[in-house]
Amino acid sequence: MNPILKFLSNLGSQVTSRIWRLGAATRLFLLTLIYSGESFRRIHLTIREIYFTGVMSLIIIVVSAFFVGMVLGLQGYYTLQKYGSSESIGVLVALALLRELGPVVTALLFAGRAGTAITAEIGLMKATEQLSAMEMMAVSPIARIIGPRFWAGVISMPILASIFSMVGIMGGYLVAVPIIGVDHGAFWSQMNVNVDFRFDVVNGLIKSFVFGIACTIIALYEGYDAPPTAEGVSRATTRTVVTSSLTILGLDFILTSFMIAH
Amino acid sequence: MDKTTLDIWVGLFVAIGIAALMGLAMKVGNLTSNTLGETYLVTANYENIGGLKPRAPVKSSGVVVGRVDNIKFDTKVYQAVVSLKIDKRYPFPKDTFANIYTSGLLGEQYISLEAGGDDNFLKEGDRISKTQDAVVLEKLISQFLYNKASEEPKK
Repeated sequence: MNPILKFLSNLGSQVTSRIWRLGAATRLFLLTLIYSGESFRRIHLTIREIYFTGVMSLIIIVVSAFFVGMVLGLQGYYTLQKYGSSESIGVLVALALLRELGPVVTALLFAGRAGTAITAEIGLMKATEQLSAMEMMAVSPIARIIGPRFWAGVISMPILASIFSMVGIMGGYLVAVPIIGVDHGAFWSQMNVNVDFRFDVVNGLIKSFVFGIACTIIALYEGYDAPPTAEGVSRATTRTVVTSSLTILGLDFILTSFMIAH
Repeated sequence: MDKTTLDIWVGLFVAIGIAALMGLAMKVGNLTSNTLGETYLVTANYENIGGLKPRAPVKSSGVVVGRVDNIKFDTKVYQAVVSLKIDKRYPFPKDTFANIYTSGLLGEQYISLEAGGDDNFLKEGDRISKTQDAVVLEKLISQFLYNKASEEPKK
């Protein structure tokens, strides 16, 4: 075949398969929403999943938040003291965490910590034909397996992001006040004056909620769609991390531009 | 794992999350200090508002008594019309001055109210007539240079 035609057909098949996958993922998302009444009827399944995705992610979230906050405190102080406004360090740490780092870093860690686990679990369930067995018994795998995991992710993400921001601010406080010696009162009062509840805290929560939906649905779809082989599951797990991370960063830009343009 | 242990862990997780959110709202955000009670709306006209923005504070003697609600441009008089929301707890006389100042050298701009001596108080929808525009740095510098230049020949 003509090399130009070959290139075009490659490009075309790539684009169609991407769009097809996007459509299939959207269909899974809608099905999950439709079946969520049925999944909520067995609420203990969702609680169990919150334990595995949310509670088990706490340690990595808290430790990384602490270090991110401390680094922000150090870097921020180093730059701000050149302009003689080292008291603003509290505002800098709080706004950076609430608006961007809290939701985004939490979502990235969540995709690595919980998203991969979801994909591998569902992929393996599919490979060992547990999902087909459920369908044979007239139990919808979407209500029983996908739904609880989806809602657990969506509920856990804003909680984890709030914890991330709060712990990060504490880390920043630890570096700025006892170690560097910024005034304790100025740190909190400047933060209090310049951080707005509606525009900073709530917008951060909305972001993490959207990231929660995106992250879990990508992980669930990749697992649900994985070829039922060892190689297929491993590839699906890799794709979960790559796709989730890129989606989070892209969505972050879109959400931020909407929020700033208000 | 036992079902009750699981529930306890998840309950703890959610409780920590809510505590963190409350901490962010109260300690970090300005949910407690920002909320004005009942307010009344007054307007003020300015030739130049400089960098004043909606939600900027309205202060009197340095205390925040209200917020700038919105800023419009009136083509009848070619002036900026600034609406101020002031807390009902703080009534101001009719001849109050509303000046635009800057906090610090490079800080944000705010409106400062200086109470006059009138017996009548401002009501909802009133207009503050005594206003002073924002100081524009370029104007100040050019005035200074102009004065300097006119002094020169006397030497």
